Amino acid sequence: MLHPIPPGTRDVLPDEMLELRRIQSALLDVFAEYSYREVRTPTLEYADSLELGDRRSADAAYRFFDDRGELLALRTDMTIPIARLVAGRLGGVEPPHRLCYLANAYRAVTPQRGELREFGQAGIELIGGAGPDATAEVIEVLSRALTAVGLDRAVIGLGNAGLWAGLLVDCGASRETAERSSELLVRHDLVGVEAVLREAAELEDAHVEALIEVIGLRGGGEVLDRAATFGGDRFTSALGRLRTTSAAVADREIGHKVQIDLGMLRDIGYYSGATIEVYDPTVGEIIGGGGRYDDLMGKFGVNLPAAGFTLYIERIHKAQIQQGVSGV
Amino acid sequence: MFDALRRPGGPLKLAVPRGALLEETLMLLDRIGIDTSGVRGDSRSLVFDGGELTLVTMRPYDVPTYVEAGAADVGITGKDVLIEQGDRPVYELVDLGIGRCRMVLATQKGDPGPSEHQRRLGMMRIATKYPRIAERHFEQRGRQVEVVEVKGSIELAPLVGLADGIVDLVATGRTLAENNLEVREEIVTCTARLVANRVSYKIRAEEVDDLAARLRAAAEPAP
Repeated sequence: MLHPIPPGTRDVLPDEMLELRRIQSALLDVFAEYSYREVRTPTLEYADSLELGDRRSADAAYRFFDDRGELLALRTDMTIPIARLVAGRLGGVEPPHRLCYLANAYRAVTPQRGELREFGQAGIELIGGAGPDATAEVIEVLSRALTAVGLDRAVIGLGNAGLWAGLLVDCGASRETAERSSELLVRHDLVGVEAVLREAAELEDAHVEALIEVIGLRGGGEVLDRAATFGGDRFTSALGRLRTTSAAVADREIGHKVQIDLGMLRDIGYYSGATIEVYDPTVGEIIGGGGRYDDLMGKFGVNLPAAGFTLYIERIHKAQIQQGVSGV
Repeated sequence: MFDALRRPGGPLKLAVPRGALLEETLMLLDRIGIDTSGVRGDSRSLVFDGGELTLVTMRPYDVPTYVEAGAADVGITGKDVLIEQGDRPVYELVDLGIGRCRMVLATQKGDPGPSEHQRRLGMMRIATKYPRIAERHFEQRGRQVEVVEVKGSIELAPLVGLADGIVDLVATGRTLAENNLEVREEIVTCTARLVANRVSYKIRAEEVDDLAARLRAAAEPAP
């Protein structure tokens, strides 16, 4: 007799479970090699704590009252719970903190899209490590993790959250132009961004052309050289940080896996510097993401720079199968 | 050929919309040197070798679904479809200028008009194939409507009393006129767009950019 489970959730049977476990243990081995130590946080949190991190992205889909009338929520990612954990539990420990996790997270889904409400994540957080070298360390661990699960052709996209905002300010964009164009860029509507910029009376034509070109720049180091001709102080400073990060990544001999992407603007609000997306040629969705969020810890009362990434376990498994990585 | 469809690599797969957009799309592809003879032929196939591109034909409404999943790397479809499925994360790269039409609110000729329904009933019933566009349009203006989704022949709905008005796409306005309907409000003008899968846009950046640049140039009106 068949008893249903909610759409977007699933049971895992032994054959698949073995393969998922293999992915998880390969990832944990890599994390351990770089001295990242595993932590666990509760699946249920106070909704208030999650919202402290970032109202928009942490907007939990599943909330309910407990027996005492407290509003609880299922976490949407692990970055915010770990920020809370570090602020509350590790105050006496000298940073940097190198932490990793294997956990399920929960998000709302649109019906009939094949999306998961409950999905597995594996990732690391480097909290208290500042600057390009810490970011490069995170990218190195990510690169090694992808190799460990057999995804040799995966590409790590590297952007910087300050580039677009900086260039808009440098070009004298009004607040409204900045908000409207950024919202469209997050949704990847480049036609819409171009229309907003061309309509904006305050922007000079040359600036409009520069903004439009920058969005489309993605590739190797030549992208940075091309962009160096644009913008003013803010853009140059963000571009400088991206250049340093990119050089630090190249020093670790993983530069060939990284695609510099000046048009990347992620929809999660807490990123402050480098942003990361992970692509695999066999999967149509991103298989992981991350970046630098130097202001997030401050919201939990501890001012520490931070960076990290997360990989989506089910999508990695899908990529493995597409590429013929052998089963158990 | 069918093996190549599943493997990444090989030519980019372009989702081509069948229906009203097809002819203009093929003319545009001809102009940039893509072989469209297969699609133009009377084959029942859905997949065609276009030389540097593999052409995958489908209904315009399905294009975002295929492109979002990466089953097609790039695709061409109307802005109306993209607005209606705005939650699908695909890159929107080029306004191709073809398939220009208007999304409108229409009601029967001689009807007292939407405001009268609104005044007396507090709301009106709208039939549409575009429930999200319709809901958003009225919501942003603070007007209460009941949106009824239908799949085809929207013009029928007000004639037999299913709805007070319709929200639909109009190119020439002939169908409306023949069904005794007239345009009351313009909601948005739509043209066809080139869209790209999120991952293909990154991993196959050069090919996607090259195709976008050529289509952009071909789409520009002749000087």
